[in-house]
Amino acid sequence: MFSDTLTKLFSNGMMVEAIWATVYMTLLATLASYLLGLPLGIILYVTKGKGLTPCKPLNLILGFIINLLRSIPFIILTFAVFPFTRLIAGTSIGNGAMIVTLIIGAAPYVARMVESSLLEVDNGVIEAAESMGASTFEIILKVLIPEAKPALITGAIISSITVLGYSAMASTIGGGGLGAIAYTFGYQTSTDDVTWICVAFTVIIVQLIQALGNFIVKKTDKRIKK
Amino acid sequence: MIELVNLTKTFKDGKNAVPFVALDNVSLQIEKGDIYGIIGLSGAGKSTLIRCVNLLEKPDSGNIFIDGEDITLKNKKELNLLRKKLSMIFQSFNLFEQRTALKNVCFPLELVKTPKKEAEKRGLELLDRVGLRDKANAYPSQLSGGQKQRVAIARALASNPEYLLCDEPTSALDTEATESVLQILKQINKEQGITVAIITHELSVITKLCNKVAVIENGRICEFGKVSEVFNNPKTEQTKRLIKAFTIEIPKEDE
Repeated sequence: MFSDTLTKLFSNGMMVEAIWATVYMTLLATLASYLLGLPLGIILYVTKGKGLTPCKPLNLILGFIINLLRSIPFIILTFAVFPFTRLIAGTSIGNGAMIVTLIIGAAPYVARMVESSLLEVDNGVIEAAESMGASTFEIILKVLIPEAKPALITGAIISSITVLGYSAMASTIGGGGLGAIAYTFGYQTSTDDVTWICVAFTVIIVQLIQALGNFIVKKTDKRIKK
Repeated sequence: MIELVNLTKTFKDGKNAVPFVALDNVSLQIEKGDIYGIIGLSGAGKSTLIRCVNLLEKPDSGNIFIDGEDITLKNKKELNLLRKKLSMIFQSFNLFEQRTALKNVCFPLELVKTPKKEAEKRGLELLDRVGLRDKANAYPSQLSGGQKQRVAIARALASNPEYLLCDEPTSALDTEATESVLQILKQINKEQGITVAIITHELSVITKLCNKVAVIENGRICEFGKVSEVFNNPKTEQTKRLIKAFTIEIPKEDE
């Protein structure tokens, strides 16, 4: 019923390893993208024309760079950033390089996501904090981020699923994961069941991430009446 | 004392839009201990006026003196310090949705790094004052409008302010909730000597609460003084119109 390639992939543990590699790279790259994207998103938000500390030049330059990176299709970005990944990861192929590429692809996306989450926070609430004499820094830490928390978590979930998609593309540069298995053993040898099993696992991973995310948001958002 | 001198503010939206004059050379003095009402119809500039007092809105020109200090000359740090004695409440309450009532009240105390236990004790006392101690752990989405505004008042009192600025605090509330908010405002003025400046478009708020009133129209103050004097003996057309607008005419029985 199943092809030999598929049974072999399961018996020699490659499939399990690939699932693990996909999950692990997705989570790691999402986390790193957030560490980078969160401050960038905050800067975008506060430097806006009517922001807390308006600074038009910074806002325009940062916005331009983010738009630029976001407009490059990810598959092209993976090759375009070879010199950069070599500089950071020491190599332009393999898992290390792949994570660097994923971060470059996802961080600008996360930055915009964070910006739009912060824009959802009611302006009146920020004014209230201002009227109490809170500094810009205090407003960011004590008002903006806590008030936007549910939206930020939702954004993280959406981003992680985007990263998961990117990771499959990034396997073309020698990274592991389900994308690599589907490409090498499924597509190149025309073994369809391998491809479909990889798709099935990816679907399961996405569903699990989304379900977990929804659960966390429901637990954290205090605006929903109990 | 709050002293506003020749405040001017014009809003311009877009290039071709006609500039809107919200404040046209406004001067006003609010003495310590006053409950000063500022009344006008919507678009009269009254919200802009009160928002200038703590510089949430920056006037184009003019000066704002708080206890003799011109706050338009302060830097951001000095202004933030000054804002702690100039609390404000809003029409839309502006509570932090992700914080409990108690944590909302504790926010100003967090800003001055009050130890957590002490802050919570004080927060509970303040909630007690507004009659909401039992709602300490409720989130704003679980409270009614009147309860939200009372939490907002407790939060505004946490920094021990000398002045309380109220921007249409009862406009989103029903009669009963309005009554309880006005009661509390009256009480804190009487017991703590907090000076209250209140913006409203409801005449009843002025007559129930204030000792002084200013009538504002088209960005100008057309009449001001003691409530009894202004309303018993209105000198300007604007005030007369305002009183007329609020006089209830009960229809006579059909014959």
